[in-house]
Amino acid sequence: MNLLAMDAEQPAANIPPPAGAAAPGAPRRPVVMSVRGLRAGYAAGAQALQGVDLEIRERTVTAIIGPSGCGKSTLIRCLNRMHEVIPGAWCEGDVRLGGRDVLQLDPVVLRREVGMVFQRPNPFPTMSVFQNVASGLVLNGERDRAKIAERVEESLRRAALWDEVKDKLDKPGTGLSGGQQQRLCIARALAVEPRVLLMDEPCSALDPLATARIEELLLQIKDQLTIVIVTHNMQQAARVSEYTVFMLMGELVEYGETQAIFTQPSDKRTEDYITGRFG
Amino acid sequence: MTPAAAPERTSSGARGLVPVPGPRERAGDRLFRLIVTGFALLTLATVAALAWQLTRGSLGTWRAFGASFLWGRTWDPVNDVFGALPFLYGTLVTSLIALLIAVPLGVGTAVFLTELAPRRLASAVGFAVELLAAVPSVILGLMGMYLLVPAVRFVEPSLERWLGFLPFFRGAAYGLGLLTAGLILSLMILPYVTAITRDVLATVPRSLKEALYALGATRWEVVRGVSLPYARPGILGAVFLALGRALGETMAVTMVIGNTPRISASLFSPGYSMAAVIANELAEAVSDAHLSALIAIGLTLLGVTIVVNGLARLLIYRLERPR
Amino acid sequence: MSGHPARRKRTNALMLGLTALCALLSASALFAILGYIAWKGASAVSWAFLTRLPVPVGETGGGIANSVLGSLEVVGLAALIGVPVGVLGGVYLAEYGRGRLAFWVRYAADVLNGVPSIVVGLFAYALIVLPMKRFSALSGSVALSVIMVPVVLRSTEDFLRLVPGTIREAALALGVPRWKVTLRVVLPSASRGILTGALLAVSRVAGETAPLIFTAFGNTFWGRGLLEPVATLPLTIYNYAISPYDDWHRQAWAAALVLMLFVLAVNLAARLWLRPRAAN
Repeated sequence: MNLLAMDAEQPAANIPPPAGAAAPGAPRRPVVMSVRGLRAGYAAGAQALQGVDLEIRERTVTAIIGPSGCGKSTLIRCLNRMHEVIPGAWCEGDVRLGGRDVLQLDPVVLRREVGMVFQRPNPFPTMSVFQNVASGLVLNGERDRAKIAERVEESLRRAALWDEVKDKLDKPGTGLSGGQQQRLCIARALAVEPRVLLMDEPCSALDPLATARIEELLLQIKDQLTIVIVTHNMQQAARVSEYTVFMLMGELVEYGETQAIFTQPSDKRTEDYITGRFG
Repeated sequence: MTPAAAPERTSSGARGLVPVPGPRERAGDRLFRLIVTGFALLTLATVAALAWQLTRGSLGTWRAFGASFLWGRTWDPVNDVFGALPFLYGTLVTSLIALLIAVPLGVGTAVFLTELAPRRLASAVGFAVELLAAVPSVILGLMGMYLLVPAVRFVEPSLERWLGFLPFFRGAAYGLGLLTAGLILSLMILPYVTAITRDVLATVPRSLKEALYALGATRWEVVRGVSLPYARPGILGAVFLALGRALGETMAVTMVIGNTPRISASLFSPGYSMAAVIANELAEAVSDAHLSALIAIGLTLLGVTIVVNGLARLLIYRLERPR
Repeated sequence: MSGHPARRKRTNALMLGLTALCALLSASALFAILGYIAWKGASAVSWAFLTRLPVPVGETGGGIANSVLGSLEVVGLAALIGVPVGVLGGVYLAEYGRGRLAFWVRYAADVLNGVPSIVVGLFAYALIVLPMKRFSALSGSVALSVIMVPVVLRSTEDFLRLVPGTIREAALALGVPRWKVTLRVVLPSASRGILTGALLAVSRVAGETAPLIFTAFGNTFWGRGLLEPVATLPLTIYNYAISPYDDWHRQAWAAALVLMLFVLAVNLAARLWLRPRAAN
């Protein structure tokens, strides 16, 4: 894998047609993010990640599963350096975005390329629906109103929320239902046009119907950008992802095509987990 | 696809820990942090400047009289002889009178609000008591001068008849004096005692109270047996906080205390307080020695309130922490 | 829990009755004060009283226009100094305040909050009046701002801490620099609370008299700029109250009513402003 070359190429150039779960033997997509020997923790002594290696392929959905406390959230928070927002947190290792060293990048620039959606919907309480979606652009200095309006509509459409909110763009974002709020947060993240979208258990606070809508939306946008989703719900991982990562106690146990992980796990611990023997 | 743990690769890719905030803080972030830190430092600097100004301004007095300034009984600006004892005495006595009245009243009110009153009544009464703290001191002083002073003058002879065997309740009935000042002060510190005691009583664990109820105790027995003992440190903190307020209160006291630098056991007698003498004499202090003595009184007042408030905070903080 | 059941019941009723009496006394104090001021002051308040200058003793028809304006000027300038200092200091404590420095800043704010207002006046006197050799509106405003800062600072810190961390994370994850997150997302989310704190601080210093006696000093005419002495409402009440003239006493009551209404209005506005947020 030539990471540097990949960064330069046009994304559309050699992308194979989208497939559901990547069929065995189908050409692999280029790697967009790679992780080598990543260790991280929250205080001097405690270690949450014990050396993780991982490759994330462009325009795929990668699901990270594992019991709570296994380090899934820590892992994705290292990918856009949200991890270091927590006081006392530390990380070391090699994380690359299209060949560039993430730990050397300006986190502010990095986070525009690697967006994030959180566990609980967190629209900005002082902003309207429109302002929420526009916030990433406006706060980063975009002044062109026509461009902002266009991007807001486009993002809301991509997040499958436009039809529901187009008449209440001026209403507060916190006035929407929980599922709508979470799609609003997805639209807000999409409006910045990130290359990679990290989702930290985005459905754990939602009811099954709202969850289904979000999963649907993931399948719709996954050929436009790369998605990494942390979930404690194995069915969800199986439904939406091409690749699955299984983590346990800060270690990456197994990583592979979703179908393979769920049908023929190569590690005993993975098998135990997905068959419900623990976790 | 299953990567084995690869320690050698980890160490090759390792770099220093990434602490927070990151090693390369953005220029804007750093500027902003420096600005807000500067404003925070301004608060610190104000306290330092305050202590410094008062110390510097009062050096002359400390040089001339030393610590005996604090127990000198003579205050004679004409001959530049200064002793602060009459003011210390007046401040202390009026504050104690205020505590004697406001603490039982405030604790009683707080018990009623937390244990007895329906929620709506409790919030209405609590609101009224809190608003009492918003009444400007000069307005209470005005009421004191024209309402309380005549009333006290009227009551004092009867007080002397019944309680005259005590040295505190003897002498001519002026109306203006330590007793009146203490009464006004009690009104001013009542909101503090009530509000803090109410908050402290609200932290008493329900399980403790229920344990006693289960034994067949009456409400009052639960209040006396569980709530008040549990809340005691916090109530003591409220008392100290109120004391800190009372010691430094100026206008209302100045208007009713009589402004006479005299030490008398009788509460009917006019007196003087530290804050009041500063308020009355500073603008007219012509000699440097007089000015310096007034600033020395200010410094003493500052020191006393810092100690008292420190004790209050210690007591209240210790109680709040486990929450 | 010893004693005869009937006696225990009687004690219970008696003591609880006493606490109710305490509450009645405490609550009625406020209404007694407000009622008395309204009764004594209402007869003397008129449009002329509010818009005219004071007149010499013996003449009638004097007003307090200069005091009202002077109070607005001194308190307004105090807020202009005190609120930004308090808010930005509060931002420091809430967003960066972890280390030893933050401990000392908090401690300083607590100390400052407990410093008697007369001592603050003494400080402003030594800091500004003595070097400039003149009483001034400015020195009064500085004194009042010193009283405001700790109130605004701690309430700002408290309300900023109530803004959920997830809001900060959401903004950071959009690639917004931290200072912009604080200024454009976090501060607006706490704006109601911060404004409440500022209003409460204003209502507290609007009635302060002691720190103004030897700073703003007073004036029987209009104040002429920030570097000249100026009349303020609380100080005028004080001066009229201790004067020997009946007409001035009457005016003191009227001025007290005006001041009380202003303080109450600001105070209630602050509390009611906060209430809808608390209900959410």
